Amino acid sequence: MAVGDRVDRVDAIAKVTGKARYTDDFFRPGTLVAKYLRSSIAHGRVTGLSVEKARELEGVEAVFTYEDVPPIKVATAGHPYSLDPAHADVADKLLLTDRIKHLGDEIAIVVAENELIADEALALVEVEYEEYPALTTPEKILAPDARKIHEDSSNVVGEHQYECGGKLDEAFELADLIHEEQYYTAMVQHVHLENHTALAYMDDLDHIVVISSTQIPHIARRVVGQALGIPWGRVRVIKPYIGGGFGNKQDVILEPMVAFLTSKLDGQPVRLTLSREECMLCTRNRHPMDFEVKLGMKEDGTAVARMVDVISMTGGYASHGHSIVAAGGSKSCLLYPRMTIGYHARTLYANIPVGGAMRAYGSPQITFAIESAMDDAARKLGVDPVEMRIKNAARQGDINPFSKLPISSCGLVECLEKGRSLIRWDEKREDYRNHKSGKIRYGLGVACFSYGTGTYPVCVEIAGARIILNQDGSIHVQTGATEIGQGSDTAVAQMAAKTLGIPVENVHIVSTQDTDVTPFDTGAYASRQAYVVGNAVYKAATELKQKILDYAALLTGFPAASLDLKGESIVNITDNNTSVISLNDLALSSYYDKEKGGQLTADVSHKTTTNAPSFGCTFVDVAVDIPLCKVTINEIYNIHDSGVIINPVMAKGQVEGGMAMGIGAALSEQVLIDQETGRVHNNNMLDYKVPTFTDVPDIHHDFVETVEPTASYGNKSLGEPPIISPPPAIRNAILDATGVAVNELPMSPQVLFKAFKSHGLLKP
Amino acid sequence: MFPLKSYEKAESVDHAIQLLQDNPEARPIAGGTDVLIRLRDGKTGYDHLVDIHQLEALRQIKTDEDGTLVIGSGVTFSMAMESELIREIIPILSTASETVGGPQVRNVATIGGNICNGVTSADSASPLMALNTVLQLEGPRGTRLVPIAEFYLGPGKVDIGQQEILVSFRIGEKDYKGYYGHYHKYAMRNAMDIATIGCAALCKIEANQLTDLRLAYGVAAPVPIRCTNTEQAVIGKPVNRDLIREIESLVEKDVNPRTSWRASKEFRLQIISELSNRVVTQVIEKAGGRIE
Repeated sequence: MAVGDRVDRVDAIAKVTGKARYTDDFFRPGTLVAKYLRSSIAHGRVTGLSVEKARELEGVEAVFTYEDVPPIKVATAGHPYSLDPAHADVADKLLLTDRIKHLGDEIAIVVAENELIADEALALVEVEYEEYPALTTPEKILAPDARKIHEDSSNVVGEHQYECGGKLDEAFELADLIHEEQYYTAMVQHVHLENHTALAYMDDLDHIVVISSTQIPHIARRVVGQALGIPWGRVRVIKPYIGGGFGNKQDVILEPMVAFLTSKLDGQPVRLTLSREECMLCTRNRHPMDFEVKLGMKEDGTAVARMVDVISMTGGYASHGHSIVAAGGSKSCLLYPRMTIGYHARTLYANIPVGGAMRAYGSPQITFAIESAMDDAARKLGVDPVEMRIKNAARQGDINPFSKLPISSCGLVECLEKGRSLIRWDEKREDYRNHKSGKIRYGLGVACFSYGTGTYPVCVEIAGARIILNQDGSIHVQTGATEIGQGSDTAVAQMAAKTLGIPVENVHIVSTQDTDVTPFDTGAYASRQAYVVGNAVYKAATELKQKILDYAALLTGFPAASLDLKGESIVNITDNNTSVISLNDLALSSYYDKEKGGQLTADVSHKTTTNAPSFGCTFVDVAVDIPLCKVTINEIYNIHDSGVIINPVMAKGQVEGGMAMGIGAALSEQVLIDQETGRVHNNNMLDYKVPTFTDVPDIHHDFVETVEPTASYGNKSLGEPPIISPPPAIRNAILDATGVAVNELPMSPQVLFKAFKSHGLLKP
Repeated sequence: MFPLKSYEKAESVDHAIQLLQDNPEARPIAGGTDVLIRLRDGKTGYDHLVDIHQLEALRQIKTDEDGTLVIGSGVTFSMAMESELIREIIPILSTASETVGGPQVRNVATIGGNICNGVTSADSASPLMALNTVLQLEGPRGTRLVPIAEFYLGPGKVDIGQQEILVSFRIGEKDYKGYYGHYHKYAMRNAMDIATIGCAALCKIEANQLTDLRLAYGVAAPVPIRCTNTEQAVIGKPVNRDLIREIESLVEKDVNPRTSWRASKEFRLQIISELSNRVVTQVIEKAGGRIE
């Protein structure tokens, strides 16, 4: 059985031998290089722009400014098109602008023979600004006299509020303890290895080809069409292998610009590749959020009510905007579903870098607030944090208070029990009672999360799969699902092999998505890919298998119902599975018999109309060095209920990568923004502290495998979830070790210094 | 691609000096881990280069007849980590070298570049300060010997002429024999990082008395510094907990860290004082001292 096996990645050899082709491996003779002129201020207006000297420089092909671009504002978020205009994303981005909304905003663009000439030309451009005060904090942004960052919009770009699972004020009445606290999470960055890069050219007078490092080729095609005001069918987007995205490439950032440039330059190829510094300053980030949490608990640790009030800052442009804080809020309702939940969220424009999609899409922030508050309450009540979570955790059959639908599969309690045993919670908790004083102190922490799989019912969940039986009896599978390193191609191969009944080695995957030929799928995000494409692959493979068996029946005279495909043969199941014809012979006949047969294919598009809940938790053991303000992780475990694990090796990769990112967000990563000017101090790899190999401890994980009934292969989300619960678990372990509640991320040495000082652990 | 205007490869130290004389705009490049970054950032003054990287004369590690340890300025951090001689005579420099950047940087970055760059965060600077290192410079007017403490003129400024080449670091036998040392780099990450505070200590113990202490810091002031007041106050005292406490309380008066967006002055002071305790304790124990 291919599903559940430790199958090698289908792209492993191509990638490790350097044969896999990425966007920058596509060379075309005469390719020009484009570079943006970016604002040196965070808020203001361009009052003078002189590009003549740059235009005249030898080797410069063209310079375009905000006066030259189409007057069309687009929404860059990588969401499916919304048929309901009320639910469409905010269209607020021009290709170039004179209205500066964040540091590095795009004013003009130079196209030159090479990068050095482009840089030289940029240095010759003269810009004058009228500078406005940078609005960088909720207080400044919401002040009555604050300037509107976008002239045609309030600074509040989205707001919503709800109560579910009962009446909130009545529920708080039942509480023995009310815990109220504020929490804050900083802006962090994806730091994918491959920076944003795109190449465009025209191969006809009206056909624009864009090769791009994107998670969402079909969405990119549509947005390019919208941005240029041309029919979408004139745009072809090709997505080759990609060096990481983590949500930052679930946004249409460079594609419209390269398409615009080639269209203006008679179809000459134009490449636009961001430097690391640009990528960190001018693409997307995780939204920083401010929380006020009110939690009502019974004495025995039963959670009865929770109100979360959150302000999220989306930066200069909406991008995914309010969707992030909305999605994070709704997915968190699954975690402790038998309580009453209230939620009020606002998303603000701000003169800071733009917030967008990032792995787990709002859930890490909200889960940090909720799970920190849970531990604070457990401490006040004197109950064990694990016991308290088990008492309140979601169970299969619980009604999700937000969607009012039953939870179709849930192994959260088993995850908690497994983690408790793996880290030896009870034994260490006893032992660490003797390590709560002195310079080095020890503590244990736990935190849970809930997540969804895909975006339904907020967005359409469409996936396409096409399977072809080749002449040699192997198959080719083409899907719109994009491989972004998460292992989608390999999962698809395993799924197709399982349903058809053939060896996984006989499955060829077309990895590249090309919107001119690839089945439609909106791309890799929301941990949807294996879930929604799985349903499409199942349908296509089932259909193809029936065609194969029908043709076998025609060739052999046995009824199709008595036949099955096993390995490389068609067998008679009524006669001890004896082979009646090899798949190879059948395939040859289907192609080359002069009278009967034909190419055997299946081509399906499937809409998934469910959303599978997934769960998990982190257990961590830390040592805190008080005088040096440093945390060492001694042991850390993530336990996941992601349904059936399609491939344990790839699943391990997802969990370890996500946990490492979570550890970075917990202890060191932060985009440092000057609150006065909106300037960013650390858009480089030295000063933005992504953990190195030596900073990440040995990472452990395990799974509780439930079977999700809405997934063709029983699987649920796993791409994003591992990043969610490490930060609150680490925070809770620091609390256990030191008695100090650190209520902000990251818990960097400087933040710990302030916290330890104000709690009297260090001299004032 | 780099916006270079001229590039010359020197065949020898004399040739390098000649090339620098020929082009007043030129400056030397060794490992390039600082120069190329500045060039890429479009900083002026780096587009005429004289390449002295891998000049054999600058890559030697040896002891002179009088016992002086001579380390060429072109010695890379990887070479310093692997050199048997350095590990035997001044292991503090091997330890400090291990903390620089990552393997790729250590394979090309040189100790000479680290010092001539003039930054207070240089990981080799505080160990070399503690070792009373003397710098040997060659120029059109011959040789100059400059003690490292005098070499630093201010942040990013060192006492080297445009036509001069730093040839070697010289550490006299009296400055290493019988000494035990340790370097602690405090940074936000365990690798690939810049020091928030670097602390180097060397000591000599006789009959459980501190006969010498050299305590040096990086990032505790605009340039790497020695804590001379602290050193003078405690040399000759018996080794015990009071001594450690005294050092911890005195050291703040020797340093002058500043607040930057990277770290606040108060935070740096906390780390400086705690490291004085831990690093001095460690070198005393290495030297066989007993802290009762």
